[in-house]
Amino acid sequence: MSTTTAPAPFRPAVSPDPSIAGIPFSRHLRVELRKLVDTRAGFWLLAAIGILTVAAVAIYLFAVDPSELTYLNFVAVTATPQGMLLPVLGILAVTAEWSQRTGLVTFTQEPNRLRIVSAKLLALLVAGLAAVALSLAVAALGNVLGIALRDGAGTWNFEAAGVRDFVLVQLIGLVQGFAFGMLLMNTAAAIVLYFVLPIAWNILFTLVGGLADAAPWLDLNTALAPVFNGDTLAGNDWSHLAVSGTIWVLVPVALGLVRLLRREVK
Amino acid sequence: MWEGLRLRQARAMITVEELSKRYGAYAAVDRVSFRAEPGSVTGFLGPNGAGKSTTMRMMAGLTPPSAGHSTILGVPYEQLPNPGRHVGVLLDASAQHAGRTGREVLRLGATVMGLPRTRVDEMLEVVGLSGTEGERRVGNYSLGMRQRLGIAHALMGDPQVLILDEPANGLDPAGIHWMRGLLKSFAERGGTVLLSSHLLHEIEVVADHLVVIGRGKIVADGSKAELLTAVGTLVRGLDAGALALSLDDAGHPYTTAHDGGYLVEATGEQVGIAAAKAGVVVTELRAADGAGLEDMFLQLTSDDAREKVSA
Repeated sequence: MSTTTAPAPFRPAVSPDPSIAGIPFSRHLRVELRKLVDTRAGFWLLAAIGILTVAAVAIYLFAVDPSELTYLNFVAVTATPQGMLLPVLGILAVTAEWSQRTGLVTFTQEPNRLRIVSAKLLALLVAGLAAVALSLAVAALGNVLGIALRDGAGTWNFEAAGVRDFVLVQLIGLVQGFAFGMLLMNTAAAIVLYFVLPIAWNILFTLVGGLADAAPWLDLNTALAPVFNGDTLAGNDWSHLAVSGTIWVLVPVALGLVRLLRREVK
Repeated sequence: MWEGLRLRQARAMITVEELSKRYGAYAAVDRVSFRAEPGSVTGFLGPNGAGKSTTMRMMAGLTPPSAGHSTILGVPYEQLPNPGRHVGVLLDASAQHAGRTGREVLRLGATVMGLPRTRVDEMLEVVGLSGTEGERRVGNYSLGMRQRLGIAHALMGDPQVLILDEPANGLDPAGIHWMRGLLKSFAERGGTVLLSSHLLHEIEVVADHLVVIGRGKIVADGSKAELLTAVGTLVRGLDAGALALSLDDAGHPYTTAHDGGYLVEATGEQVGIAAAKAGVVVTELRAADGAGLEDMFLQLTSDDAREKVSA
């Protein structure tokens, strides 16, 4: 839009009230955090993450052989429900603006859409870190209870690198969900594709023998496999993660951003 | 004349200049220009699909225009710091999260705009939503309640300008009456209101100025008085007094047009006969132009109507 095309032979007598300042980013962040919990869907999704985390630890505590009751294993059982639900949180945070059409208000109050997207992503990362912290805390409680109630192994062999990888895996899923949400702008499509596409992709690499060597470079789940197997990421794993993460997270984020910034809000 | 125009431009709170939106070959909005001034209600009138909403979305920075530009308070919408404090926008009352309560919707708005939380309850009261209604989820609201909530949201930032798309939709007669009063008093306090409607009668009660759009183009733009002049015949004679007497004799009601002729509520033939009887020389006799907004509007509507009206 160009304002130079219209000749301006006069100084307009009207102008915005100079005493009204712009919207600080902190207010957007507060609002986006609140929007994660103030709808029924958002509230129950977050509640489900909490409840399933506690439930997974409780069930594991009594379901397995005491020798397997280690901190590492407790953390691992919380990872599964969170790994499935955090991406949904990321998807809903952005698709609701389109499917519930709240974007009409959101982007009217803040025409700079990039600020909204940044606030959303930051709010999601805060929620994701809180969920991971809950995991680590509930798993620790489980481990203590395992020692006390079932004479569990109770080892605490979960080093800083393990925590780092766990946080990384969960946040990658969250951001990937957010990216799919931006790209598809439709809740159902984003959720289905988020779960189906990597599985189909993974099957492809498993079935086609010749692709096995390429798998960790092109398939995010293969690249993250060491973490799921209880190892920590090291050496070449980082290169795998960088390449497959670019394909599955950074490129969708970039394309999603382009779409979101350009799309007409209706 | 130029001074007058400059003054008009200088005071315009909303300016839309040559705004266009094309979707492929289809021109949804085609070089639309108009202004809205403080202390007045401007009605943006047009049949469904005429381009009203697209124009309003472009004005609010939601739809990038193909050409042209618009300003609010002298600047493009995107450049307004904290836009909600300057201009209250309600483009679609149904565009709210069904799972959020009405109060929560206002609370989010108040937070973004940097308003105290007390403003939420104030606004619920202003638009006549009770405390318990505020606690209900928007998914359970009637369209009328959503309109009230949307108007509360638009007014919350105490803006100077209001842009409302079909705000009367879904309101009951009492609600429509209430909203007219609200918009009139907003304009009387010096505010600028632009509201759209596809119903002429709904808008002519409240608007001071009318902008009519059809198939993406502006087809009429003027004060209500100018545009609502009744259908009739414009006649001018050498002897204006004698002409007036002849019309009186024939029993044709008339009003004096701005430049000395008469606007007569009769056909050209009837007026001609009346003048001939009195021996008055007629210098001009034609259908009154600018008249018949309703006819024009009906024409616009029926041209686009899915069901063709047989003539």
